[in-house]
Amino acid sequence: MISTSAPANKAVESNLVIGKKAKVPKSVKNTRRTSLIVSYILLVVLTIIWLYPILWIFLNSIRVEYNSSNQLIGIVVSHYFPKSIGLENFRRLFTETLFPRWFLNTLMVSSVSFVLSTLLTLSVAYVMSKLKFSARKKFLSIAIILGLFPGFMSMIAIYYILKALQLTQTLFALILVYSAGAGLGFYVAKGFFDIIPNSLLESARLDGATNSQIFVKIILPLSKPIIIYTALLAFIGPWMDFIFARVILGETNRELHTVAVGLYYMIYGERVDSNVFTMFTAGCVVVAVPIVTLFLSMQRYYIEGVTAGAVKG
Amino acid sequence: MSQISERKNEKSSETSRFLSFFKNLGIKTKNAFLKFGNRFKDGSIGTKLSHFIMGSGNLYHKQIAKGLIYLALQIAFLFIFITSPEVNSTPLGFKSIINFITLGTEEGDIFNPTDNSMLMLLFGVIVFGLIGLFLAAYSSNIKSSYKADLDKRKGKKPTSFKQDIESLLDERFHIAMLTPAIIGILIFTILPTIFMILIAFTNFDSQHPAGQVLFDWVGLKNFADIFSGTGEISVRFGPVLGWTLIWAFFATSTNYIGGILLALLINKKGIKLKKLWRTVFILTIALPQFISLLAMRNLLSEYGPINAMLLELGITDAPISFLSNAESAWTARITIIVINIWIGVPYTMLMTSGILMNVPTELYEAAQIDGATKRQAFFNITIPYILFITTPYLITSFIGNITSFNVIYLLTGGGPGVPGYKAGETDLLVTWLYKLTIDESEYNIGSVIAILTFIITASATLISYRRSKSFKEEDAFQ
Repeated sequence: MISTSAPANKAVESNLVIGKKAKVPKSVKNTRRTSLIVSYILLVVLTIIWLYPILWIFLNSIRVEYNSSNQLIGIVVSHYFPKSIGLENFRRLFTETLFPRWFLNTLMVSSVSFVLSTLLTLSVAYVMSKLKFSARKKFLSIAIILGLFPGFMSMIAIYYILKALQLTQTLFALILVYSAGAGLGFYVAKGFFDIIPNSLLESARLDGATNSQIFVKIILPLSKPIIIYTALLAFIGPWMDFIFARVILGETNRELHTVAVGLYYMIYGERVDSNVFTMFTAGCVVVAVPIVTLFLSMQRYYIEGVTAGAVKG
Repeated sequence: MSQISERKNEKSSETSRFLSFFKNLGIKTKNAFLKFGNRFKDGSIGTKLSHFIMGSGNLYHKQIAKGLIYLALQIAFLFIFITSPEVNSTPLGFKSIINFITLGTEEGDIFNPTDNSMLMLLFGVIVFGLIGLFLAAYSSNIKSSYKADLDKRKGKKPTSFKQDIESLLDERFHIAMLTPAIIGILIFTILPTIFMILIAFTNFDSQHPAGQVLFDWVGLKNFADIFSGTGEISVRFGPVLGWTLIWAFFATSTNYIGGILLALLINKKGIKLKKLWRTVFILTIALPQFISLLAMRNLLSEYGPINAMLLELGITDAPISFLSNAESAWTARITIIVINIWIGVPYTMLMTSGILMNVPTELYEAAQIDGATKRQAFFNITIPYILFITTPYLITSFIGNITSFNVIYLLTGGGPGVPGYKAGETDLLVTWLYKLTIDESEYNIGSVIAILTFIITASATLISYRRSKSFKEEDAFQ
């Protein structure tokens, strides 16, 4: 599906161009124009709706307003645009909270776990797609069934298993949790490997290549999009996950938190200071900028993965 | 025609297939035993010895490394099993099996700690797992020795250790590739899942904290409690399940329709800067949900800019508490569904855009030849094609929404609350389950709810699997 998308698209467009060349009556032209204008208006309205909350976060992060007793107003206020701006929230975030620590924690966890989970996901996907062995079908159906259990169901048990291993409330435990399940998330990558023609592998096998050589020298070089897709999601996961990190790290060990847990407790913890909302948004901006940039620069691969996954069902 | 009759046959034969499954199982076990006996009779002295001392067959055939590995496995397993070393003052070994049945007998006093029933249950599961793994190693040890016997009889040399390692990179490459993944899945998915299922049959709750008060097996009591109609959990179960299904239905359908419409809008002929528009919406996917959802929650608060705007425009006279209006649960519920459109539509849009580009051009060409207008082509080709391709996705996303956690938990935390009960008006089964276990320590009830959630999602998947299967058949028709 992926490889054919571009030419197919072109074909549709060229088809439409042919349609355009035919003589079009004026009235049709006019309705076409109005419908285009309506579409643009709709798109602009939707864009405003979609950007409204995102812009609000950013504006809050640079909002530096003081009340009459010269205290910084950090709570949610009713005006959308700040009256005065500055970087005070960022300064406080980096000097008065553990945010730098949370950021490094998350970076560490996601760097290790994305390597591990990418390796696991790709190896399972390759085996399931290209190697034939007796337990293959069984493995596939077990994987489907396991995917149906709600993740939280096992979370408590994982918490106790890690506790028995005396691993709770460490970042290592978090890395294990994020990577260990990766073997089950092989569907999209498998779908990608499925479209690599088997004849390619067979001819390599005739030349005396072993299965491991085929994987490393033929499959992997052909699979750049799916490797990037898998790695991208695995890397971003720890920056987005809130539930697992919260259960495993707990509220009290603030210096072990990841950004999601740390920032959540900043505004919804047991000791809440409601005056930290602008600082919270500053933290959000610091997290969002690298993640969103990374994501947007890789969006081509993400879209390919999503589309392939959808078509495969 | 033949396909239709085949399908009918398939249905009527389902019960017989079910029966033949057990029949096959019986035959398989019988064969396994026969094979076992044969190998013992037929094998060399080494193979015979392997039935008692693992690895001896391999050592006999001078496969030293392999033999020693098997031997070490047996010694390690027997050592742990018999000595039952204590981990966190709970034995892990043969004693675990006894503990698994009793779940602890020592009540404990100031001097002696109470038995930790939770660890006993966990270790019981682990020991059963270890026994299973040991039996697998045991049978592979005999198989390996017998294979060496046969090789020798054929005049071949038994495989060397180096050859065994090399085969892991080629004909047995799948074993090398799957082992790390399977170990991860066993420890972090299967073991916890079995453990939690078992907890549903105990009275492990806030009254029985592990290590302080013993808990015990209670059979199906927790399930009976939920359906009894009395008590907090039972009273709230129906409403929560109902809202979960309503939520899943609306969250799925609004995102699906909205996403398709948005994709059609962006991909409309004549719209410029398609990539830019698409990127605006992808931004939502790229932004971590805890950020966007917590921002929404504050944006909609009574002192937030949205309420200020509504007041200024004169649409309302008093601030609306969108997410916590205790008088009408539907205010919060509708708000959540609307916010979920913001979260989810871009995803469907991306997927549908990809599909739109893949509509087979022959279909349009054929339509053009037949003299169809653009509008006709759109309604008779584009729309049915999208629906046809995305129906399986529709069901997966319905299941995803049943277990969707972030949107509810980060927006309302399940609230507004219901006086006297812990499950709020917007709690889904999964957020309720999370609260019950993490905040309330009602592990057994949490497990029961998890199992019921599983039953719901599993049956939905079964339906989707059937449908996608029928789709594949339809595909073959075209």
